[in-house]
Amino acid sequence: MLKQIEGSQAVADVVALCRPNVISAYPITPQTHIVEDLSVIVGQGKLDAEFVNVESEFTAASVVLGASASGARTYTATSSQGLLLMAEVIYCIAGMRLPIVLTCANRAISAPLSIWNDQQDSMAVRDAGWIQLFAEDNQEAADLHIQAYKIAEQTFLPVMVCMDGFILTHAFEPVDIPEQKEVDDFLPPFKPRHIVDPRWPRGIGLYADPRFYMETRYILHRAMEKSEKTIKEVSADFAKTFGRDSGGFIKTYKLKEADVAIVSMGSVVGTIKDLIDQLEEEGKKVGLLQICSYRPFPRQEIYNVLKDKMNIVVLEKCISLGRGGILASDIRWSFPRAEKKDRNISSFIAGLGGRNITVDDLRYMVEKVEKEPVELEFLGLKKELIADKDL
Amino acid sequence: MKHMIEIRIHGRGGQGNVAAAELLSIAAFQDGKFAQAFPSFGAERVGAPVQAFVRIDDKKVRTREDVLHPDYIIVQDYSLMENVPVLDGLKPDGLLLVNSEKPPEELNLKTTATVETIPATEIAIEIIGRPIPNAIMIGAFCSITGLVSLEAVQEAIMARFPGKVGENNVAALERAHEIMQKR
Repeated sequence: MLKQIEGSQAVADVVALCRPNVISAYPITPQTHIVEDLSVIVGQGKLDAEFVNVESEFTAASVVLGASASGARTYTATSSQGLLLMAEVIYCIAGMRLPIVLTCANRAISAPLSIWNDQQDSMAVRDAGWIQLFAEDNQEAADLHIQAYKIAEQTFLPVMVCMDGFILTHAFEPVDIPEQKEVDDFLPPFKPRHIVDPRWPRGIGLYADPRFYMETRYILHRAMEKSEKTIKEVSADFAKTFGRDSGGFIKTYKLKEADVAIVSMGSVVGTIKDLIDQLEEEGKKVGLLQICSYRPFPRQEIYNVLKDKMNIVVLEKCISLGRGGILASDIRWSFPRAEKKDRNISSFIAGLGGRNITVDDLRYMVEKVEKEPVELEFLGLKKELIADKDL
Repeated sequence: MKHMIEIRIHGRGGQGNVAAAELLSIAAFQDGKFAQAFPSFGAERVGAPVQAFVRIDDKKVRTREDVLHPDYIIVQDYSLMENVPVLDGLKPDGLLLVNSEKPPEELNLKTTATVETIPATEIAIEIIGRPIPNAIMIGAFCSITGLVSLEAVQEAIMARFPGKVGENNVAALERAHEIMQKR
């Protein structure tokens, strides 16, 4: 049913429809409403799940790890420092091939403390062996959770659904929440491959000496690459069942005819689409490539849609300090060396720590790259706040 | 609708600013429109300046930028106007609705926009028993603009605050509507 609800409520509602057996989380802004809403759903007896209150995110991740290893469908959610505190367990979950679903309500990283949105947190664990899917709006955020369980349980890879903190989690907008039966038909009960059970003692993820460790990394890497097929299939299957496109690998908007291609991910693509329409009215051809699956990285798909584009600009809400744009690096890597010549791939960092990204900022970015390529620029940077010696 | 309508609500933590934005968006949705509401929080605390945003359109709202050029501004706490630039970006033909017992001309505001006032805190204390002005401000807003139906807002309030709290707020909303209709 279509409802005007908060993004967090939408996520809590669909997670409940996915019937997790065990939920464990520690509240952190801006993830809080999601787990509060879920605790209400469990408390009211509408979902038969174990809601385990814990004293930290490290424990929350450990609880879902243990529960998943014993065969339960599990859920957790976090943000920022919480995800960093989970980091050790995040790697273990992937290494143990546990199909856990986690919502990352994207938020900046300390210090200085910022409760506001950017995407540095999920980027900090991008190499851990988790599938990372980025939502454009709250409908997609909701839909991705249903898909995430199916993808995770088919690939035995954990899935992180990334949604911009505040911008999506605290936004009221229309979201179609499916019926329980529709979700049940789409998402069969979890069938674990191996379970940890005291009746048949066994261990997982215990120990691999130099004779074995590398192979576990190879297998995990290949599993991530192969999950491409599942992510696409599940997204297509979802579109057929629920009648709307959500998720998948990449999406494009007016890209085919575009002279300038903007690449980005998360909620900012909504603002970018508005800009593209404005520019179109002014006679400019600008298009969008939206990354839905950041890990596995859709290199081939990106190449296919960008190979004719000679003016590309990557906009991202994160940075590899000392290196530059993270997504920009990935995009630059998507072209064979010989094809890099004469192709301008500009890199813009924007929206760090919740800095508003306006249509005017984006218009400036497009106008700038029309003139010359930009190696790296912080969009909307207030140079007047920075001492000359720090520039 | 000719273009997307943008509303910015200014108030202090505890005055129901975010709730007002959410209720307006729910009511607009019930009226068959597309709506988006979101807050611009600091670290939330009672008394701190808070902003909340609403967009209403005939088609899906995609943009995620803060509302910088509002058609309408609602100020729930007049004292904010001394240190928060609440008028920033207001469209020249827009509307500013202020919670104040003074008539608009006594506020001496430098704007070409229409200014309306309503003593919302007074009415809130009388009807709701607490100085929470949001229902009155929404009521006055709906009454002046006709942008969102009063019935849809009443429904949204009752769904969110069932029982006495909702009923009092609906009564306050109706009082605001009556006052505005008489002007």
